[in-house]
Amino acid sequence: MKIEILGTGCAKCHKLEDLVRDTVQEAGISAEINKVDDIKKIMTYGVMTTPALVIDGKVKAAGKIPSKEEIIKLLGGKQA
Amino acid sequence: MAECCSGRTKLIYACSGAADVGEIADRVVRRLRAEGQYLMTCLAGVGAGLAGYVESAKGADENITIDGCNVSCAKKALERIGVSPTSYILTELGLVKGKTAVTEQIINEMCEKIKSTNSSKMIPEKTITGGCNCGGKC
Repeated sequence: MKIEILGTGCAKCHKLEDLVRDTVQEAGISAEINKVDDIKKIMTYGVMTTPALVIDGKVKAAGKIPSKEEIIKLLGGKQA
Repeated sequence: MAECCSGRTKLIYACSGAADVGEIADRVVRRLRAEGQYLMTCLAGVGAGLAGYVESAKGADENITIDGCNVSCAKKALERIGVSPTSYILTELGLVKGKTAVTEQIINEMCEKIKSTNSSKMIPEKTITGGCNCGGKC
């Protein structure tokens, strides 16, 4: 599984990245996590608001920080 | 341009329909974007179900649709994805479909009417700090 956090570097973007890393670790999910800062790459996803969460190339959330439970659901996993 | 954790994100869409009022809707939205209070985005992206546009709409604080006529395609496109936009319909603001010249004066008048009714929700002017547009709120 490939996870991308889209954001140009503000606190909310970092918060989402930290939350996703913690959630993945706690849930025991195997995933490659990358933070995408490049605005040009962010725009290729059609995202107008950040932070955004992209899982395997598909935008799952934008403009908000999903809860840990929502992230687990988006990752297709079960809560630990 | 993607908006980074602003205090209040307002996305705005035009129906951009074929009629004169659709063209005016498009130009009104572009004018409002240029003035900097709204973030214009693509209704076609929402209609096509592209995840980036759909999720951005769901994550925005407010979505505003400008439709030329009461067929209200833009409003309905947002409603299809479960988003209830703030809707403005130009024929309800005084224009007549098929009988309205596309002029700067008409575009200005429509912009002023929309801004005057949406002004109570206007975001304060942002201060750009530290690489994002959050105005120090993040």
